[in-house]
Amino acid sequence: MQELAVPLNHVLLVSSLLFCIGMLGLMMRRNIIFILMSLEVMLNASALAFIAAGAHWGQPDGQIMFMLILSVAAAEVAVGLGLVLQVQRRFKTLDMDNANRMRG
Amino acid sequence: MLEVTLFYLASAVALVATILAMTRANAIHALIYLIVSLLAVAVIFFIIGAPFAAALEIVIYAGAIMVLFVFVIMMLNLGEEGDARERQWLQPRIWSGPAALSLVLLGELLYLMSTITGPASIGVVSAKTVGMALFGPYVLAVELASMLLLAGLVGSYHLGRRALEREG
Amino acid sequence: MSNAIGLVPLLPLLSSLLLMIFGARMTRPMITLLGVGSVGAAALATAALAMEFMANPQPIEITLWTWMKVANLTSGVAFYVDGLTLVMMSVITGVGFLIHLFSSEFMHQDASYARYFAYLNMFVCAMLVLVLADNLLLLYLGWEGVGVCSYLLVGFWYTDRANGRAARKAFIVTRIGDTAMALGLLLLFTELGTLDIQSMVGAANAKWQVGDSLPTLACLLLLAGAAGKSAQLPLHTWLPDAMAGPTPVSALIHAATMVTAGVYLIARTHGLFLLSPTAMTTVAIVGIATSLLAAVTALMQSDIKRILAYSTISQIGYMFLALGVGAWTAGIFHLMTHAFFKALLFLGSGAIIHCLHHEHNIFKMGGLRSRMPVTFWSFMIGSAALAALPMTSGFFSKDQILLQAYQQASIGPWLWLAGLLGALLTAVYSFRLVFIVFFGNAKTEPDREIGWAMAIPLTILCALSMVGGYFALPLAQVFPTASADHPAHWVEIVSIGVPLVGLAIAYGLYLGRQLSAPSWTTGVTGQALREFWFSGWGIDRLYDGLLVRPYDRLAALFSSEPVDRFYSAIVDVNQTLHQWLSSTQSGRMRWYIASMVFGLIALLGIAFNIAPGAL
Repeated sequence: MQELAVPLNHVLLVSSLLFCIGMLGLMMRRNIIFILMSLEVMLNASALAFIAAGAHWGQPDGQIMFMLILSVAAAEVAVGLGLVLQVQRRFKTLDMDNANRMRG
Repeated sequence: MLEVTLFYLASAVALVATILAMTRANAIHALIYLIVSLLAVAVIFFIIGAPFAAALEIVIYAGAIMVLFVFVIMMLNLGEEGDARERQWLQPRIWSGPAALSLVLLGELLYLMSTITGPASIGVVSAKTVGMALFGPYVLAVELASMLLLAGLVGSYHLGRRALEREG
Repeated sequence: MSNAIGLVPLLPLLSSLLLMIFGARMTRPMITLLGVGSVGAAALATAALAMEFMANPQPIEITLWTWMKVANLTSGVAFYVDGLTLVMMSVITGVGFLIHLFSSEFMHQDASYARYFAYLNMFVCAMLVLVLADNLLLLYLGWEGVGVCSYLLVGFWYTDRANGRAARKAFIVTRIGDTAMALGLLLLFTELGTLDIQSMVGAANAKWQVGDSLPTLACLLLLAGAAGKSAQLPLHTWLPDAMAGPTPVSALIHAATMVTAGVYLIARTHGLFLLSPTAMTTVAIVGIATSLLAAVTALMQSDIKRILAYSTISQIGYMFLALGVGAWTAGIFHLMTHAFFKALLFLGSGAIIHCLHHEHNIFKMGGLRSRMPVTFWSFMIGSAALAALPMTSGFFSKDQILLQAYQQASIGPWLWLAGLLGALLTAVYSFRLVFIVFFGNAKTEPDREIGWAMAIPLTILCALSMVGGYFALPLAQVFPTASADHPAHWVEIVSIGVPLVGLAIAYGLYLGRQLSAPSWTTGVTGQALREFWFSGWGIDRLYDGLLVRPYDRLAALFSSEPVDRFYSAIVDVNQTLHQWLSSTQSGRMRWYIASMVFGLIALLGIAFNIAPGAL
């Protein structure tokens, strides 16, 4: 199994691609639900990078970081979806470009 | 050899599913693609020697978090006109700028990756090792995570309750 | 009786205050009673005071209260009455009362009748304080007080812009002199430690020798103040413009009283001037130069009031000449007679202006002799006194001045000659005025003859102008006695004869037409010279170019605030930056994310270039 290892930079490549796709979604979607999904994708991509690094060194720290990211994602989604409900109630839309009351 | 092939297959599935999830007009469809993507990433975790993380990914990410999404989307009841609007927003002139930015960042990241060599997986890091580390040196991080989750719980309860009360 | 001294300035002050506060609600007869009556009462009090003084000619000093007490300066509201003060008080209240009476008819149609008398009474009060003051600080209070009243009265018809400008000019030009005078007061106080006039003169005589430089400096500073107030060179330009005020005001302030304050100041401090022959000579030269310059200018004017204004400047020049040669008594004597006949002339011109629809140009008048007989005789007598024809009051005073000028030690005969030339010119211009206005063909019809309130003051002033020369002024105690010896008889005869020659020239030129102007006066040079003299030797234009315009330009430069421009540039830059930055605060979350990504890209790019190995 040691000989057949996946090269680290390939895993990181996948992670980077996922991250950039998530970022693209974040920038181009106006619907707040898709924005939250994009955030999930980006968190997931960084979690993959952590796990890959942990696997490279044979240490558990990468997986511990993954768990922390997981709890952050869980908290973020809980609050974020609460906000989605509020946005929908106040603006009668999920378009974040309409929620620009903080314009300077 | 099988594992390596499986890795590239899972990576391809994850990327394609993510791209599809990002470009769907219907939120439920996007969510299903996202779940597929998360499952594929879980396979990758398993291949590069993190079976415990793979299990967590499926149980918590693909299970619990995505179910939350489903609940909210169903509560909002977006309907057909929502899909049409989403489609209208997905014009090239909307996404070309962000795409260019993303590509530049991707280029930079790839340039960074190219200098890294070595295998990703040498052996399996077992759940026991992770648990030892988690409740050994990382116990403070656990405390912090629990605090964060508590805060998220209180926050989402507060926000959601007010939204529901007003509507009711 | 001496307590009544305070009453003299108090009465006009009270009346002025009452008129200021309640004037708008009073009827015209009440205003007249208050305004004219208060000055009349002050005149009566002065007369009583004068009678007491004649019986017992001792200077009276009374201190009403202490005005200010700072360190070693104690200045009281204290009055000092001697012969000089009494002469001045009599002129101010006596002539002042007649002019007030005249005003009650002259200003009767004016809407601001109460305001007029409030100002005029305030002026009388300030002028009385000026002459009564026993210290220079109180004198300065009166000095500034009359300046303010003069300003207010010159600009009385303030709705006309030109009047406001004339008032401002009068105030600012005299202010230059006042500043010099204030410096003089400060110098005297630092050197002598007191401002009380009598003790100051004593201290100066004890401390300084004749010819020292400090008294010369102090005297020259006082002279500058006197020149500003008395319209002497080089600060005389305000007086002709000050004729913008009502004519009785010109009679009271700009002929009889305020403009002679400078003469009074120098006479009052003559003890100081005696310490400085240089300052004395300067006074004499300033006086005679002003006198000649103004006389030539008066000859060219066509506005009746401007002729009288330049004539006033010229006559005050004579007074300065008298002071400069040490003929103190003659100077004050001329001050008094001048107050009579110039007030008479001004009131006469006021009567003409009043009856001729505010016409000022003498060439549009003419033939008024039969239509306005009272005014005509007033003018005849006034002009005769002004020209110093024998037996008039002006003759006695001017004759004394000329004779004593001749005896001046250094440049006496020259001063005498210049004075003679001035006297000749005076006779010519005063009778030019009379002949043009009252003889010949009528060009404008007067719509009425003057009423009794105007006729009575004119008549009384006529009498005073005739007999004023026989008054014996109680000045023997005040001034050192002049030298008793008389110059040669021919000097006296020439002095008497010159005004008659002037009268003859005026007759020949303007009435009988036996003389015609020399041919050169109509040529180009003559024309240019006439215009030059008409404009008062171009001094106004000179000051305008030398002082006013550069100042205006400087003010215009600074009114655009060149210093502030730097700070407003900072403000502008900040505001522009603020607008840029706040436009980035679009409220659109996707823009924020995009900018964050852009920043991330940039940071990574910079990191590659700066520390490639660290990544």
